[in-house]
Amino acid sequence: MGVLRFLVTVVTTFLGLLAVTFFIGRIIPIDPVLAVLGDRAPTAVVERTREAMGLNLPLYQQFFIYVKGALSGDFGTSVLTTNPVLEDIKRVFPATIELATIGTIIGAALGIPLGVLAAVKRDSFADQVVRVIGLIGYSVPIFWLALLSLVLFYAKLRWVAYPGRVDIVYEYSFTPVTGFFLLDAAWQRQWDVLWDLFRHIILPASLLGYFSLAYISRMTRSFMLNELKQEYIVAARAKGLSETRIIWGHALRNAAVPLITVIALSYAGLLEGSVLTETIFAWPGLGLYITNSLQNADMNAVLGGTIVIGSVFIAINIFSDLLYRTLDPRTRAR
Amino acid sequence: MSETTYTPPLTRRDWLLSDRPASRTQARLGRAYVIWRRFSENRLALVGLLILMALLFVAAFADVLAPYSPIQGDLRNGLLPPSAANWFGTDEQGRDILSRLIYGSRLTLLVVGLVAIIAAPVGLLVGTVSGYAGGWVDAILMRITDIFLAFPKLVLALALVAALGPGIENAILAIAVTSWPPYARIARAETMTFRNSDYIAAVKLMGASPFRIVLRHIMPLCMSSLIVRVTLDMAGIILTAAGLGFLGLGAQPPLPEWGAMIASGRRFILDQWWVAAAPGAAILIVSLGFNLLGDGLRDALDPKEAGQ
Repeated sequence: MGVLRFLVTVVTTFLGLLAVTFFIGRIIPIDPVLAVLGDRAPTAVVERTREAMGLNLPLYQQFFIYVKGALSGDFGTSVLTTNPVLEDIKRVFPATIELATIGTIIGAALGIPLGVLAAVKRDSFADQVVRVIGLIGYSVPIFWLALLSLVLFYAKLRWVAYPGRVDIVYEYSFTPVTGFFLLDAAWQRQWDVLWDLFRHIILPASLLGYFSLAYISRMTRSFMLNELKQEYIVAARAKGLSETRIIWGHALRNAAVPLITVIALSYAGLLEGSVLTETIFAWPGLGLYITNSLQNADMNAVLGGTIVIGSVFIAINIFSDLLYRTLDPRTRAR
Repeated sequence: MSETTYTPPLTRRDWLLSDRPASRTQARLGRAYVIWRRFSENRLALVGLLILMALLFVAAFADVLAPYSPIQGDLRNGLLPPSAANWFGTDEQGRDILSRLIYGSRLTLLVVGLVAIIAAPVGLLVGTVSGYAGGWVDAILMRITDIFLAFPKLVLALALVAALGPGIENAILAIAVTSWPPYARIARAETMTFRNSDYIAAVKLMGASPFRIVLRHIMPLCMSSLIVRVTLDMAGIILTAAGLGFLGLGAQPPLPEWGAMIASGRRFILDQWWVAAAPGAAILIVSLGFNLLGDGLRDALDPKEAGQ
C-alpha cells in the first residue's frame, strides 16, 4: 500500500466519521435555535441567531465549518456540565483507558494460554470447555453479567469495593496528576490508595477481560491450528525439539503476528464495551459520560464522545493494520 | 450370456447421494441432504437449532402459553419471589415475569428479523454490484463500506437513536445502519471469485444484461456465506438491542423487552435479584442459540473452515 493511498484511507475514514456525526446532528427533531433561545423568543431574534449559528448557509459550507471546528477540538459546550465538551472528555477519558487496558491485559493473559491449550488438545474435553467459555462470552449481555457479579462479589461476598473508582475517604488525600489513578498512586507510593483502587477496578476490568478472553482464545486456537499443521512443525519434531518448545517457541511465535492485530481490535472493542459496563459500575469514564448525556438529551456531548471513541477506534484499526504489515514479511510489497 | 447383473434397489439415501442427479430437484435435495448430515453431526449446533425452534414456538403461541397478561399487573402482588403460581416471580408492578418473558420473545424476533431484512439485502446489493462492476464504482462503494466498518457499532447506534428519539423502530433502524458493511464485504469477496468464471462468461455470451447477471446468477451464489454471517451476527444484534433497551433507548414501557426489563429490575437487584436475572438469562440462552446455530451452519456449508 503506497503512502498516498494510506493517507487517502485515513483522511476519508475520519471525514466519513465526521459526516455521519454531522448528519446525526441534523436529523434531531429539535430545532437547534429554539434549543438555545427557548420557544418564546421573538421571530427577529430567532432569525438573527439562526444566521449567527450559520444555519442559513448551504449544507456543504455548514459541514466545512463543522469539520474545521472538530479538527481544532471544538465540539461545542455540554448543556449538562456547561463545560466545553473537549474539556469534559479530557477529564473522563483516562478512566476509560485505564479500565480497557487492565481488561485487555486480563483477557490476553488468560485467553492466549486457553487458546493454545484448546488447539494443542484439539477435540478433547479441554477444547470443548474453552469453546463453551468463549461462546458464553459472545452471548451474554455484559450489563446483566455486571449486575449479577456486583450482587455476588460486592453485596454478598464483600470481596470487592462498591461501584466507583476510588473510596470517598481518599478523594481528598489523593491528588492524581495524570488521570491514570493506578499509575499516580504507585508513583506517589500511596500503597493504601493503590489497594483501594485495585478493589474498585478489578471487577469491571475482569468483566471486560472476559469478553476479550472469549475473542482472543477463539482466535488463538484458530491461528495455532493453522500453524501446527505447517511443515516447519514436522521439521522441528524431527529435530527432536521438546513439544513445549515447539508449541510456545515456534508455533505461538508465528501466530503472534495476527494475534497482535486481534488484541488491538479487542482493545478497541473494550473501549466501546465500556459504555454499558461503566454505567453499572458508576465508573467515571467516557462511557458513563455519554450515557449521562444521553439521558439529558445533551447532543453536543454525545456526538463529541462518539467522535472521540470513533477516532480512537479508527486509529487502533489503522495501527494494527500497519503493525501487521511491518511484522509479517509476507505482506510486504515485492 | 444373461444380462441380469443384480442392481440393488435404489434407496432414498442413494437417490439423494447420487453422483449423476437426473434432475435439478434431485441435485438440490441431494446437496441439502449432505449439508444436513454434516450439520446434524454437530451436537451443539442441534442444541442451537432446538433453542431457536423453541423461541419461534413460544413467540407464535405466546397468547396460549403465557399464564397472565404481560402488561396488566396487580400492584398488591409486586416483587413476589418465584413460586408455583409465578414461576419467575413478579416485577414491581405485580406483573408475572414469565408472561413478560414469553411475550418479549416476539420483540426479540421482531428486532433480529427486521434488522436482517433491512441490512442483509443492502449489504448483498452493495457487495455484488461493487464486486461485479469493479473500477471506480467498486472503489467508491468499498470506501464507504470501510468507513462504516471502522465505526464502533454500539456507540454509533446510541448516537443515532439519541438523535431519532427512543423507540423500538428507531433502535432497529440504528442497528441495521451499523450492520450491513460486513455483508457487503463478504458478498464482494464471493462475487470476485465468480466474476471471471466460465459460466458467468457463458451467461454473458447469451446476452444477459449486467443487471440480470448480478441479480439472477451472482446473488444466489453469495447466499450461503451471507446466511452464515447473518446467523452469527444475530447474537450481536440481540445484545445491542438489549443494551439499547437497558439504556432506555429501545422499546418503551410497558413493552416487555428483555433489556428494558433488566433495567427496571436493576433497582431491586440486591433484594429481589430474580427480577433482573430472568430476562438476562433469556437473552443469554437465545443469543447462545444463534451462535451455536451459526457455528454449525458455517461448518456444514464450508467444511474448509470446520473446527477453526
